[in-house]
Amino acid sequence: MAQGELIIKGGFIVDPTRKINGDVGDVAIKDGKIVEKVSSSAKVIDAKGKVVMAGGVDVHAHVAGPKVNAGRLMRPEDKLRAGTCRSNMAQKNGYRMESGFSIPSTFKTGYEYARMGYAFVMEAAMPPLLAPHTHEEIHDTPIIDEAALPVFGNNWFVMDYIRKGEVENTAAYIAWLLKVTKGYGVKVVNPGGTAAWAWGLNCLGLNDRVPYFEVTPAEIMTGLMEANEYLGLPHSMHVHQNDLGNPGNYAITIDSLKLAEGIKTKNKFGREQVMHSTHLQFHSYGGEGWGTFCSKAKEVMDYVNKTKNITIDLGCVTLDETTTMTADGPFEHHLHGLNHLKWTNVDVEMETAAGVVPYVYDPNIKVCDIQWAIGLELALYAKDMDRTFITTDHPNAGPFTRYPRVIKWLMSKQARDAVLNSFKHKDKVLDAISLHTIKRELSLFEIAQMTRAGPAKCLGLGAYYGGLAPGMLGDVAIYDLNFKDMPRDPEKIEAAFQRAACFVKSGEIVVKDGEVVSNGHKKTVWVNAKMPENPQVTRDVTQAFTKGTYTMDIRNYPVRDYLAPHPFVIEYDVEA
Amino acid sequence: MATVTLKPIKTPELIFEGYSITPDNFAGKTAAQIADLPGHEGKILMRLGDFFEISGNAGETAADTNIVITGDCSRVKYIGARMTAGTVTVNGNADMYVGGWMKGGKVHIKGNMDSFCGIQMEGGELICDGDAKNHVGCAYRGDWRGMKGGTIRIRGSAGNDIGTFMLGGTIIIEKDAFIHVSTHAEGGTVIIKGDVEGRVGGQMVKGDMYVLGKIKFMMPGYQKVDTVEKEVDGVTYKLDHYIGDLGERHGKSKGQIVYANLYVPAAA
Repeated sequence: MAQGELIIKGGFIVDPTRKINGDVGDVAIKDGKIVEKVSSSAKVIDAKGKVVMAGGVDVHAHVAGPKVNAGRLMRPEDKLRAGTCRSNMAQKNGYRMESGFSIPSTFKTGYEYARMGYAFVMEAAMPPLLAPHTHEEIHDTPIIDEAALPVFGNNWFVMDYIRKGEVENTAAYIAWLLKVTKGYGVKVVNPGGTAAWAWGLNCLGLNDRVPYFEVTPAEIMTGLMEANEYLGLPHSMHVHQNDLGNPGNYAITIDSLKLAEGIKTKNKFGREQVMHSTHLQFHSYGGEGWGTFCSKAKEVMDYVNKTKNITIDLGCVTLDETTTMTADGPFEHHLHGLNHLKWTNVDVEMETAAGVVPYVYDPNIKVCDIQWAIGLELALYAKDMDRTFITTDHPNAGPFTRYPRVIKWLMSKQARDAVLNSFKHKDKVLDAISLHTIKRELSLFEIAQMTRAGPAKCLGLGAYYGGLAPGMLGDVAIYDLNFKDMPRDPEKIEAAFQRAACFVKSGEIVVKDGEVVSNGHKKTVWVNAKMPENPQVTRDVTQAFTKGTYTMDIRNYPVRDYLAPHPFVIEYDVEA
Repeated sequence: MATVTLKPIKTPELIFEGYSITPDNFAGKTAAQIADLPGHEGKILMRLGDFFEISGNAGETAADTNIVITGDCSRVKYIGARMTAGTVTVNGNADMYVGGWMKGGKVHIKGNMDSFCGIQMEGGELICDGDAKNHVGCAYRGDWRGMKGGTIRIRGSAGNDIGTFMLGGTIIIEKDAFIHVSTHAEGGTVIIKGDVEGRVGGQMVKGDMYVLGKIKFMMPGYQKVDTVEKEVDGVTYKLDHYIGDLGERHGKSKGQIVYANLYVPAAA
């Protein structure tokens, strides 16, 4: 952590955690943390006429791990589309080369997030068995702080405990797994469906039974929410729901969200939700087939708006050529059947699976345009921006480097209309959406809620990230936007968020005038929820390794300390 | 029309990436400005002037600009890549990616070419008086969208992977080729006037292939349907007509399944 003092002077401060909306003021940083004031010898950064926000927090992106690497391996052509692979910065300053567009190299990932002023990124799906590799890749991604969510929704231990109704054992297993994989929280991908995929099946309904385990997706989600709250983890259950990407799936989406009713939050980290429903765009589809495909964003958001204990992120389609990758193995096979492009499928023994397929969101295709509109409608129908976060489910709906473009669309009706008017099948698209009728334009305050304060609180990291209050980490982004006189041209909004005028990470200037000037000091964040020894779980886990259910030795399973050399551990005792 | 002449003055120690050597990049520039255009040698940013002596100013537009390289470019990649108009002539050999992604204009290599020439080409004309190595007019590695248009003519022979994932355009190899012709292709025409080792039209969906010499190992997925007289590059031949690849998916047109076509000289 950088020593010394810094003061960012005279900017328009936008900090929803303290309800500050554009007041001119200073931000002081000492020893990597925000403080009340610094001495007169502090280094001064002039932010006059510019917007000052906390470092961005990304609640859901696929930026490290085996399926990201599978995508890199199977798509050499993605590197070609990145344009020049040699940034001026790398050239001049001797930093590492950057490559890849939808699946950027680790270096490009770190540098691009930093250029956009992002401080923290959550890797959204880590197969526990392959956690060592995931952590190696996280460590190789410069500047940004990262954490990873291990996947639990198709885990054999979890399904077995939930079938028997054993919440405490489920919780003890989660606590053990988070510790050995240096994981952050409970991710669920297509609960039950990915396990069924090992039999060539899927769970498209909430009450479909998983072969052999005889549990249902509804039981898995409820059981994991109960275990999550038993442990009082910083983050809630984080779910990618069943039946992703299919017309008419909004009904099952709302039914899944309803599972959160009656479950109470219990944690010491300021989190209020018990379920985070991710990339909701993929789950808000109406219609009976691709011909009648339409938006049900309003119906879904009406439910979200009135239900306080859920949070969502958007998963906006950005109309780019990208690479889809998910632990939802059966979905990727389905997608491959639709677009006939190359397909990778991986099974991770006892735990999960994954698939990768390239995808082109072509503006000339009606369905892609409707998907684009749904992502934005979700945000514009949202009433509580502290519970609605900007993502593109990177890289599934578009690369994270398009966040500034999503912000532009949300802040400017003019920008949205320009895209709508460019569609080849505009009339048919308008019949299936309501985006064109929405006049709402989000403010900078609301954008800061959706990219900073909200996701930090949702992750239980509100004490460290997402705000500029004294005591929080010294992560500050300065954007070249005049709060009092916002540009008429929406392209300038996108440009400002794409390349921060300055980004201070952990008290150190890492980006200046949109270019990276330091490799920074990254941290790996993980959770150690300490519980008394649970003999049942210890025995079950040991047996799984010794009796040959796992094909590896338990000694090789945990993530060794050297793989996460800069840990930031959230450690606490679980209260029974 | 204006002609810019590049005289090689130094052999690059590594391979020089001459991605600036196109009429589009030269258009509207003086010889001095052209000498200042970038190129990479490994990770080091160089200038065209580091490797070439440049004389003559370019025309107003790419279409008004002819580029002549007077010597050997065996260690210069990307000559004419992504160009849209004008001409490039190399009086010697050229390295990889000649005319890759080109949309128009004409490239003439008087010596031999290395691999990946004309990949993902969309239009224009690429002529090579010598031999080409592998991946003539194919898709970029990993990509499923190959050559879309234009013509590639190799007066010598070529290596393997010709027209992979081809969607349109014409490739003519006047001598022999090795293996993998039109693999995965969904359009376009490949003419090979000499012999081919094998794997002609594997997993091919649509498009035409003519092999006027011998195919040493025929793909099992092709079936002879008739014998026809056809004109190939200006000469009429009597040819056996095969359809395939029978193991691959095929579209339909007017109720008929559309196969890829392979023509070989009719058995006597």
